[in-house]
Amino acid sequence: MNYELRIMNCTNLLDVRNLHASIGEKEILKGINLTIRRGEVHAIMGPNGSGKSTLSSVLAGNPAFTVTEGSASLHGIDLLALSPEDRSHEGLFLSFQYPVEIPGVSMVNFMRAAVNAKRKYFNEPPMSATDFLKMMRQKRAVVELDNKLASRSVNEGFSGGEKKRNEIFQMAVLEPQLSILDETDSGLDIDALRIVSQGVNTLKTSENATIVITHYQRLLDYIKPDFVHVLYKGRIVMTGGPELALELEERGYDWIKENS
Amino acid sequence: MNPLNQYIELYNANREVIDAGSAPLLNALRPAALEVLLGNSLPVKGDEGYEVTSVDGMLAPDYGLNVARIDIPVDIAETFRCDVPNMSSLMGIVANDKFVPTKSLLRNLPEGVTVMSLAEAATRFPDRVARFYGKIAPLDNPVVALDTLLVQDGVYIHIADRVRLDRPLQIVNIFQSMVPMMAARRILVDVGENADLRLLLCDHSNNPDTDYLALQVIEAHVGERGHLEIYDIEASTAATRRLSCTYVCQESGSEFLGNATTLLNGVTRNEYTIDLRGERCSAGLYGMAIGSASQHIDNSSVINHRASRSASNQLFRYVLDDEAQGAFGGLIEVFPEAQFTEAFQTNNNILASASAQMHAKPQLIINNDDVKCSHGATTGQLNHEALFYMRSRGIPYDEARTMLMQAFMVDVINTVSVEALRDRLRHLVEKRFAGTLGSCESCRKLQ
Repeated sequence: MNYELRIMNCTNLLDVRNLHASIGEKEILKGINLTIRRGEVHAIMGPNGSGKSTLSSVLAGNPAFTVTEGSASLHGIDLLALSPEDRSHEGLFLSFQYPVEIPGVSMVNFMRAAVNAKRKYFNEPPMSATDFLKMMRQKRAVVELDNKLASRSVNEGFSGGEKKRNEIFQMAVLEPQLSILDETDSGLDIDALRIVSQGVNTLKTSENATIVITHYQRLLDYIKPDFVHVLYKGRIVMTGGPELALELEERGYDWIKENS
Repeated sequence: MNPLNQYIELYNANREVIDAGSAPLLNALRPAALEVLLGNSLPVKGDEGYEVTSVDGMLAPDYGLNVARIDIPVDIAETFRCDVPNMSSLMGIVANDKFVPTKSLLRNLPEGVTVMSLAEAATRFPDRVARFYGKIAPLDNPVVALDTLLVQDGVYIHIADRVRLDRPLQIVNIFQSMVPMMAARRILVDVGENADLRLLLCDHSNNPDTDYLALQVIEAHVGERGHLEIYDIEASTAATRRLSCTYVCQESGSEFLGNATTLLNGVTRNEYTIDLRGERCSAGLYGMAIGSASQHIDNSSVINHRASRSASNQLFRYVLDDEAQGAFGGLIEVFPEAQFTEAFQTNNNILASASAQMHAKPQLIINNDDVKCSHGATTGQLNHEALFYMRSRGIPYDEARTMLMQAFMVDVINTVSVEALRDRLRHLVEKRFAGTLGSCESCRKLQ
């Protein structure tokens, strides 16, 4: 079956089955099940240390974690068998909770390398300099990212808000099918939160999907989820609609801990 | 045979020939050099200051010297086949140790600027050359003594008071020989008061498979409020060994910038000794070393703050892969008279493989209370978080690694004041990490 057909025929964008993962000897994910279809927004909430960031790291292929059991597939492809770079090419994007500063690597070179690597993966020629700069300009507008930041080193000296906007800018450039936003709201003031959320909403189509990992209901006022999952001690212990987020906001996580 | 003795014997057997091929001023210093060497031995690995490099070992092969000054034809067009064979107006060629005047250089030298064969200068202007020849580099350094014993020629550069050269002067050292050989050369740089020179030195080999030893001593004097920059860039071959000692003497208000870049080499030992003799001097010494395979790169620096209100800054960065070995030894000494000194030294290293090795030895000797000094050395690996971040954006592992190594060198490259050279170095470093740097590329004409 050719690639396009495979993607078309696959209704589930992400299928995670009984996923277990550890760091060192410590097991953090203890059997995650999660199904995401195109066009959906899923929120994953949960108290500190429940494994939210680990789940996003494992899906993105961070070598610091080891998958010990279970499976994860992205539009039918075995995600866990791919390198982090190939996961990106296949349409996965992780917006980091703490975007990494890379002194000496300019944003322009960084993005050009990323864009052309993806094109190479799909046997396309590198993008011309003019087209690339034009695209950068267009995508910057999505999150109102200052041109000055684009000419600096990756995330170096960016404020918290600028770093998060830069993540969404990269997302706009790479046009992923599945985006995971890991605590994108942390460290954002109201204005930055609005800009980042607008950016995410602008990029949303019926063909892609988003996982929003967050502590607070606040972000979900801007990015409306279809489903809300509660992660606790490495398992999804509760799944509901947007109202679940409101209930968590009101009652905290303690009742979940008591019930699970 | 003891490596040193083979060169002493060579000298004794060829004394007249060596003298005949040089100048009286250079010959006059040989007996003193011989005396020092007779009572001495070459440093071996493990000696203080030579923790990982054996000078004795580097000189162990019985290299021949072209003492009879047999003309080895140097095909300059061949050397610069990778470039428009239109020589920079300010490019000089040194073939092995012999200065080759090119018409375009001589024609384009501004008034007050002398660039010529050291032996010729020593004959034509003995007084001027005698002011600094053998006066800045001390014979008690055995490498200097050996060079003084055997040197027959090199380059003499003089910038008269208040003359400022607007373009960099580029000297290309070309090695050409079909048989293993050693070249002992001397570069004497005399920058007058308020004068300005930016000097670019590059080593080039036309016979990449021939064993070669480059023995080089640079003596530089910077007059009051003068400005000197020396960029010494090596992109040689695995068969090349290089022993280079640079001595700089700075008068009041002068500025010096030194850059030691090793991109490709066999075994290299670069020594820098900077004497801030006058008040309110500034000295910057920056280095970049990229090693893979079995490259060996050893940089050693001594900064002497002898008078008050001077400042020095050093930054050396190494990226070592495979079995490469690196060493950095940096000593800052602040003398009792040198109040209000500011002296900083930083050495950062990345070991990109488990078998690469780095030896760092930062040292500060402060004989004065009123100073600001610091030194720091770090050795580590590529930033794993940055690597994962880049890969998560689709940048393949090898490319991400290369980009990070290149980025590590940016701070050193940014210290280069000549824009064209900065661009050139950036490009060379990029090619070096991509594995596509040829050994001929660093000495292309600077546009």
